[in-house]
Amino acid sequence: MHELGITQEVVSLATEHSGGRRVTRVVLEIGKLSGMLPDSVRFCFDLCAEGTVVEGAVLEIIETPGLARCRVCGGEVPLDRPFGQCVCGSTDLEWLSGDELRVKELEVV
Amino acid sequence: MCKADEGHEHEHNHAHTHANGHTHSHPHSHEHTPGTRVRVEKDVLGKNDRLADYNRGWLAGRGVLALNLVSSPGAGKTTLLERTVRDLADLSPTVIEGDQETDRDAQRIRAAGCRAVQLNTGVGCHLDAAMVARGLEELNPAIGSVVFVENVGNLVCPAMFDLGERAKVVVCSVPEGDDKPLKYPHMFRAGRVVLLNKTDLLPYVPFDTERFIEGVRQVNPTLRVIPVSALRGDGLGEWYDWVRAQATRRLPAPV
Repeated sequence: MHELGITQEVVSLATEHSGGRRVTRVVLEIGKLSGMLPDSVRFCFDLCAEGTVVEGAVLEIIETPGLARCRVCGGEVPLDRPFGQCVCGSTDLEWLSGDELRVKELEVV
Repeated sequence: MCKADEGHEHEHNHAHTHANGHTHSHPHSHEHTPGTRVRVEKDVLGKNDRLADYNRGWLAGRGVLALNLVSSPGAGKTTLLERTVRDLADLSPTVIEGDQETDRDAQRIRAAGCRAVQLNTGVGCHLDAAMVARGLEELNPAIGSVVFVENVGNLVCPAMFDLGERAKVVVCSVPEGDDKPLKYPHMFRAGRVVLLNKTDLLPYVPFDTERFIEGVRQVNPTLRVIPVSALRGDGLGEWYDWVRAQATRRLPAPV
């Protein structure tokens, strides 16, 4: 359950950037390959936000698909789990996207 | 929900008002109090990563090699370390132990004649860079020595946390089954070397070593697998050679 600690970090980042104002929305980007379960983050969010300026905020999660480049043939390989195989047979893949775990923006009032 | 054709005056505190009989067709999902957007664009693990960089600098400044041992509970990390710290005594090893509770592992390492610091994470399921920074300060490893960090037994969460180590060493044991690389790919992706432990049990449990290695290749084709038995000592020479090679690499190139 690393999601609990990570969600606490999301709430801390939102609090830091809120300028002391009440946060009504948090936009979080979670890559498909990041090892984070969006549902677990949602589950933890309200709990972590309690008693902070983030309490009551809507959590909006943008899920980024996984994409890799094959180190052998250079082809692009879509990934929905943290490993995969290129059509050329290689499993040596460089991740291009999908490992994001980022607070993108907030809405404050 | 307001029905568009009823023409009632609704009670919401809108900035605009509607005359009686006015019909409006938009549903009631619009923002009542639009807020100010604040751009953040910060990695959630950024703070941990910065602290990990601090640890890396701290270690490099002292010429200390740090290795982060990760595995599920019971894979044999502590038994491996008890033996390793004895056999590599010339590298002046020290150990940071991470467990949710008790200092049992630190006691075992000390009984093997090695200095150890125990970190308890409580409900936490992994060590983070801040804990390791405190552990390193308390441990105060000798210049040019090796620090083994034994992470909390957990094949999931420690994969995400950079502690400032040179490499993650994944310990996986035969009784856990040969399907672990594909079931826990994040950890095998994060590792630099895998110690396949408890090979002395191969005659007694169903475990296909080739299938295990094939799984490792799928997840991380550059990952090296070293079969060992920490209990019996099989294969440890190759592990020690690997550690020594890393320890040599830690020194800055001569000018």
